[in-house]
Amino acid sequence: MSRYELRFSGAGGQGLITAGIIMAKAASIYEGKQAVQSQSYGPEARGGASKSEVIISDGPIDYPKITQCDALLAMTQEAANKYSHDLKEGGVLLVDSDLVTTLPKGNFKTVAFPIINTAKNDVGREIVANIVALGAMVALTGQVTRENAEKAVLSSVPEAFLELNKKAFSIGYEKALAAANA
Amino acid sequence: MSKKVAFLQGNEAATYGALYAGCNFFAGYPITPSTEVAEVMAAELPKIGGKFIQMEDEIGAMAAILGASLAGSKVLTSTSGPGLSLKQELIGYGCIAEIPCVIYNVMRGGPSTGMPTGPSQSDVMSAKWGTHGDHPAICLTPASVQETYEEVIRAFNLSEKYRTPVMVMPDEIVAHMRERVVFPEPGEIEVVPRKAPTVSPDQYKPYDTSFGDVPPLAAFGSGYKFHVTGLNKAQDGFPTTKAELVQAEEERQVRKVDANVDDIVQFEEYQLADAEVVVVAYGSTSRSARYAVNVAREQGIKAGMFRIKTFWPFPDKQIKALAAKVKGFVIPEMNLGMCSLEIERNAQGKAPVLGIFRVDGEPINPDQILAKIKEVK
Repeated sequence: MSRYELRFSGAGGQGLITAGIIMAKAASIYEGKQAVQSQSYGPEARGGASKSEVIISDGPIDYPKITQCDALLAMTQEAANKYSHDLKEGGVLLVDSDLVTTLPKGNFKTVAFPIINTAKNDVGREIVANIVALGAMVALTGQVTRENAEKAVLSSVPEAFLELNKKAFSIGYEKALAAANA
Repeated sequence: MSKKVAFLQGNEAATYGALYAGCNFFAGYPITPSTEVAEVMAAELPKIGGKFIQMEDEIGAMAAILGASLAGSKVLTSTSGPGLSLKQELIGYGCIAEIPCVIYNVMRGGPSTGMPTGPSQSDVMSAKWGTHGDHPAICLTPASVQETYEEVIRAFNLSEKYRTPVMVMPDEIVAHMRERVVFPEPGEIEVVPRKAPTVSPDQYKPYDTSFGDVPPLAAFGSGYKFHVTGLNKAQDGFPTTKAELVQAEEERQVRKVDANVDDIVQFEEYQLADAEVVVVAYGSTSRSARYAVNVAREQGIKAGMFRIKTFWPFPDKQIKALAAKVKGFVIPEMNLGMCSLEIERNAQGKAPVLGIFRVDGEPINPDQILAKIKEVK
């Protein structure tokens, strides 16, 4: 049975748990697959290490955590160092190129672009960096369609910020494809 | 017609399950990793005319739900380890005064403040032995978000049916993970109402055993004569020290659960028909176990899983039967060996019991379980 494992990692407050939830929701509610999302974080509200894990499958999912990671997002150098060890051969690593300057080595594809600065400068609000990253992860992993992921984004964010998030998602998606093909 | 679905956290699903069961009163004190229950209740209860109260502490919250239940409400509180410790005195009060209520406790690392955001399964003994004295105990340990929704409904039903506190204890992984939930239609899952008195208010006794081991419960303030106390009591609810009465009442209270084990105990048997090695697991750990059993089967090992859904009363009969025919048990749990003791008690030396005990805040992974399965000779 197919089992695809994603990890969104970085620091508390970056919105990575939310990004993982939306990815799983896209798969589970809109794509017709099964998905489980779980997370771990420290007692701090902000700043501590944070990760969100998503398992996507065509059938029932038993173990809800990562066994061998197919796709990893690392939004801090610490996360990149800590979580790239179980990245599968042929897997994909997405990093924020401003924050992760020492790239982990391994038999996986690394895609890098300045995620937070894209949110700040191209979208206009740093706060949607997680949605930029989500758009990029959707593009790089192909587990859910762009349309279904966008539906999941729009059903998860406050109404006043639909356009902002839609833009963030779209720019993230495009930037990741451009960076991957560069 | 397609059913309503949502992508929810275990804690959120628990709350919607409680509302489906008719819960209309919640009192609690927020504590990680159970706070989402209070959050959703605070939003939802006012919409249906229910009451949400954030109390000054966990003891106050337990007292509030007991009082509200006696007044006729269906009640819930939610907490985690340290909060459960504080509630224990009043849980005992709920047992002896026979007050229906549901206590939803998310298991995090302990003792004391421990590891608030880390998963654990170390409260399962506290569910039975946490409050002092002989008393009935019912504790359910769901393993998925959907099951959390359904088991909370079952907890309310058992609590009303047997007029006793019932605990639901997901570990932090189940409580915080998100999965798709398919909501049942109204009426699709049975909701058990409280047994109401059939006698006139002046003839009513709150512990009248002429109606069986579970006496009807009138709502306080509805005109029925009523007295409630934590002391051993006679049928009219007033304290007594008459030896034969006290003995009979204590035995009846425990018998409510002991004589109905088959009605209460639920479990899942996975690949057990020809299993030589049986993994006994509960909560999120059972998900790792299922994964490990599947891999073991692919490698030609006859492994299976007995999944505990009702931790208390413990599935004694089923474990005894398994012990007579298997080569060994493997017990993965996020504590230092609690369920394992119960398995050893039931196995009575007929089959070895191998534990995997983890209290470092990390889940037990399938590889660990598979390696232990292979140790059974």
